[in-house]
Amino acid sequence: MLKIEHLKKQYKKGPLVLNDINLEIPEGQIVGLIGPSGAGKSTLIRCINRLIKPSSGSISLDGTNLSEASPKKIRQQRRYIGMIFQEYALVERLSVMENVLSGRLGYLSFWQSFTRRYPQKDIDNAFDYLQRVGLIDHANKRADELSGGQRQRVGIARALAQDPRLLLVDEPTASLDPKTSRQIMRLIQSICREKGLPAIINIHDVPLAMQFVDRIIGLQGGDIVFDGQASELNEQVLTRIYGDEDWQPADEQQDKGDD
Amino acid sequence: MDQLTQHTLWQSNIRRKNWLVWGTCFVLALLTVYCWSIMNKDTIWEFVYDAPEQGADLVSRMFPPDWFYINKLYKALWDTINIATLGTLLGLIIALPVAFLAARNTTPSVLFVRPIALFIIAASRSINSLIWALLLVMILGPGILAGVLAIGLRSVGFIAKLFYESIEEINATSVEAIESTGASRFQVINYAIIPQVLPAFLGVIIFRWDINIRESTILGLVGAGGIGLFLSSSLNVLAWPQVTLIIVVILATVIVSEFLSAKVRALLIG
Amino acid sequence: MRHWERPHYIVASKFWRLSLWLLFFVYLVIGIGSIDVNWTRVYEGLERGSNFLSAFLHPDFITRSNDIYAGILESLTITVTSTVAGILLSIPFGIGAARNISIKPIYLFCRAFIAVSRSMQEVIVAIFLVALFGFGAFAGFLTLTYATIGFLGKLLAEEIEGIDRKQLEAIKSTGASWLQSIHMAIWPQVMPRMVGLSFYRFDINFRESAVIGIVGAGGIGATLNTAIDRYEYDSAGAILLLIIIIVMICEYLSGWIRKWIS
Repeated sequence: MLKIEHLKKQYKKGPLVLNDINLEIPEGQIVGLIGPSGAGKSTLIRCINRLIKPSSGSISLDGTNLSEASPKKIRQQRRYIGMIFQEYALVERLSVMENVLSGRLGYLSFWQSFTRRYPQKDIDNAFDYLQRVGLIDHANKRADELSGGQRQRVGIARALAQDPRLLLVDEPTASLDPKTSRQIMRLIQSICREKGLPAIINIHDVPLAMQFVDRIIGLQGGDIVFDGQASELNEQVLTRIYGDEDWQPADEQQDKGDD
Repeated sequence: MDQLTQHTLWQSNIRRKNWLVWGTCFVLALLTVYCWSIMNKDTIWEFVYDAPEQGADLVSRMFPPDWFYINKLYKALWDTINIATLGTLLGLIIALPVAFLAARNTTPSVLFVRPIALFIIAASRSINSLIWALLLVMILGPGILAGVLAIGLRSVGFIAKLFYESIEEINATSVEAIESTGASRFQVINYAIIPQVLPAFLGVIIFRWDINIRESTILGLVGAGGIGLFLSSSLNVLAWPQVTLIIVVILATVIVSEFLSAKVRALLIG
Repeated sequence: MRHWERPHYIVASKFWRLSLWLLFFVYLVIGIGSIDVNWTRVYEGLERGSNFLSAFLHPDFITRSNDIYAGILESLTITVTSTVAGILLSIPFGIGAARNISIKPIYLFCRAFIAVSRSMQEVIVAIFLVALFGFGAFAGFLTLTYATIGFLGKLLAEEIEGIDRKQLEAIKSTGASWLQSIHMAIWPQVMPRMVGLSFYRFDINFRESAVIGIVGAGGIGATLNTAIDRYEYDSAGAILLLIIIIVMICEYLSGWIRKWIS
């Protein structure tokens, strides 16, 4: 279970990006994080695995406090938090398999990882994950030979290789076409269901979020302005999160095409 | 604003720009003439005027080249190649950590460590390898060692500068992704940074090796080994046919090394 | 149980990879073995080295101030004049060496001239020019001018060969003469980069002007050589510091000007 209490983040001389965030995410729940650009979604996700250092507040995963850990402890804790990125963030000149296995780095010594001598169990698991995301035939290709959707699958396999207790997903579909976006979201959803894995998905596409997540959190100006079931999301709520706009998908939107 | 004023404004802009350009050119011309007059204060123009005669005389002395002298040059040529190659390797070994300390995204401290690394780079770059050799021959005595060290020390700045610039250009989210798996600093370098910069690194090393071959041909002039040693002694006794041959050998070496480095680059990076 | 081994993309075959590494190490052993070191001489030299280092930290600008001033001034004047002359002469050579606007015989001549200039070390050129024109700054000026033509001429030619064809055709189709088309279509396209490269070459020329003095072609190199020959390490340290400082100033200024132009 992930528990966030009174989380605040302020950049040097900047405005408050996160303003007193309180959150609890139980086992197996998939949470969609929505909100306008600059609402603090990315910052919130990166505070959890400490790619960004929060200003104050506490974050704990399964009872371990992450916010006050030493740099070494932080690295240990990061192993348990898998992250999936918007632009896939693969190392393009490494092979697909090396990208997946890089998920194990936190468990290995430098020499083991430098010589690529992974434990047999890690290799077996990595092949299983590649099988799971449908890329078993591409294991020894270089990552930059793959298409966008395939690269994101490698990203997912890498996160799984970490044996995570929590998935952080940052705009997984922003660079993908609608069909591939759906496939990727469905894959993430089914993996979370199989493993009972909680996930926080930071996402722009509201209909897509409503289709695949259990719970939606709306962030606006560093505050949580909505927290509820996907089905509770209506025009009023969207206005509260994103500001005034005609939310009807129908044809009357046409003459408002200025934004 | 009506059209007329806009037009005059545009014209005056152009005019001001023209004035600036011509003014700069004029100042530059004045400076050049001034420098020319200072520079040639001690020039003995009689020597300059009879240069064509001197040239004709020199050419007649230089040809034909002393082809048999080549037998003495093989060892020197081998030494030259060794100086360049080992010097490049030495430069690479020192430049690698310096580059990581100098790159904004990998340095442990922007305020303290980075300026030191940048100073090392600047100092190494601003002193030519021949001057490095001059100093090292004084300290270590004449020989190949001084040459290797001179080439190495000169290469550090060059290699480290191009390395750290390419480190600063890498994709930051890939690094973030590897960090988020719980990888240590060295694992991040090994997995996220090295693969991204490797092609650039290889290109730089080959490029510098090619330059070093050229530079190592003349280090012998100050006693730092290689074929330049023979050039220097032939010049001292005015053995011009030997000098011609040595120049031919140097040119051939340079051309072959350029050809080789282009081939290797295409093979590795292509 | 599945087997996995890291794939290698540059040299895929394991046999060749190992052979290449083996070859490399054999070379390393032979190469390092060919350096014969006179350890007693090195040991004696260490003291001189430390003397030099301490002299470098306490440089003496005063004792030889006249020589140093004259040397630096000569280096700077050589740099300015040779860079200007080199830029002016590199324009015809660069245009002549650009395949898309030159004619065959001129193209070949210019390319050959540039190739020879680029493959000759400045120091070797300086040796010959000193033999022809006598010792002093004039030979140095000619050396660096020659080298600058090779350097900028090649880059200018490549720049012209890489320009946008359409613009050239557009200007030509208005009935412009050869000279007009160069002025209107090519000059604006290559100018910004050439200005930057000219400043870069200024840097290089200053550094080289510090070297060619060693073979008698004027500049601070001669002063430095004398200082080291006379074991005046503190003066030598002062000269080296001055070279480093001037190079840094040049680099900083040229970076600033390049930014200002673009």
